[in-house]
Amino acid sequence: MKLLKFFFVGIFFGIVLVKSEVVSWYRIFEMFKFQSFHMYGIIGSAVFLGVLLFWLIKKLNLKSIDGDAIHLPPKDRGFVSYILGGSIFGLGWALGGACPGPMYILLGTGVFSMLIVIVAAVLGTFTYGVLKDKLPH
Amino acid sequence: MDFLLQPWPWYVSGPLIAFVMLILVYFGKTFGMSSNLTTLCSIGGAGKYTDFFRFDWKAHRWNLIVVLGAIVGGFIAVTFLSDGSSIALNPETVSDLRELGFCEAGESLLPPEIFDWGSIFSLKGLAILIVAGFLVGFGTRYANGCTSGHAITGLSNLQLPSLIAVVGFFIGGLIMIHVLLPLIF
Repeated sequence: MKLLKFFFVGIFFGIVLVKSEVVSWYRIFEMFKFQSFHMYGIIGSAVFLGVLLFWLIKKLNLKSIDGDAIHLPPKDRGFVSYILGGSIFGLGWALGGACPGPMYILLGTGVFSMLIVIVAAVLGTFTYGVLKDKLPH
Repeated sequence: MDFLLQPWPWYVSGPLIAFVMLILVYFGKTFGMSSNLTTLCSIGGAGKYTDFFRFDWKAHRWNLIVVLGAIVGGFIAVTFLSDGSSIALNPETVSDLRELGFCEAGESLLPPEIFDWGSIFSLKGLAILIVAGFLVGFGTRYANGCTSGHAITGLSNLQLPSLIAVVGFFIGGLIMIHVLLPLIF
């Protein structure tokens, strides 16, 4: 039961991302061509509301479902890993039209070739883990 | 009920994504989809090769459950919540895509030129999917997050590193769409 709630969150997430078309390769192409407001509107309104919600959580000291204080972990400081890693991610995102959530959602929509993308992504993550100490961060 | 079956506008979708983030935070977790890839590596025994994957993956089972749900959600959305309407792309986008050789822009979620079986069974088609997946998996870990972790959660939490990562997402994406894709297709 403790884990079941995450299953429902996943279902909801999957439905939202399909119905909003953000899992579409075409929408991502259009975004990087600056030819539509759609994706910017989605990310922008999510972040706008997110800033407000996180501010409220901190301000009101809201508790999580287990009664603990909600902790929003800050990201480690840095530059090189974020800009380089981000760029590498962006290349793949634009080529395959899928980030680590949508690749599974698209599998669910019946695009079984996504399995290849998923396996390759796991391999990519594995490769990073092996090379981690040799990369600039 | 018609509005449910039609594509959802951005001002509905964006807030709903913020709600997903909020509910995961309320459940004591974070909204960061790429961690499932790390968890899968750990389950697969990658801890034998490097400390990076040596952690108790059972504590991270929840993100795999979210992934399972997401697969089911994708199925539900196309099977029960869709009226088959095409994606309302900018006509300019459609003509740009036609020039590249993508002839059915917007008729389905993904271009058959990349994702259909016929395309996958060519060396080029297979290479595109493998390279795309590998770059996403490698880049997301190097940048310590993906679209959900940086562009949504990180920016919502006013994290400068996330802004740098998002700038990176765009550098990579713009290079791919404007420079590399015309060379590939």
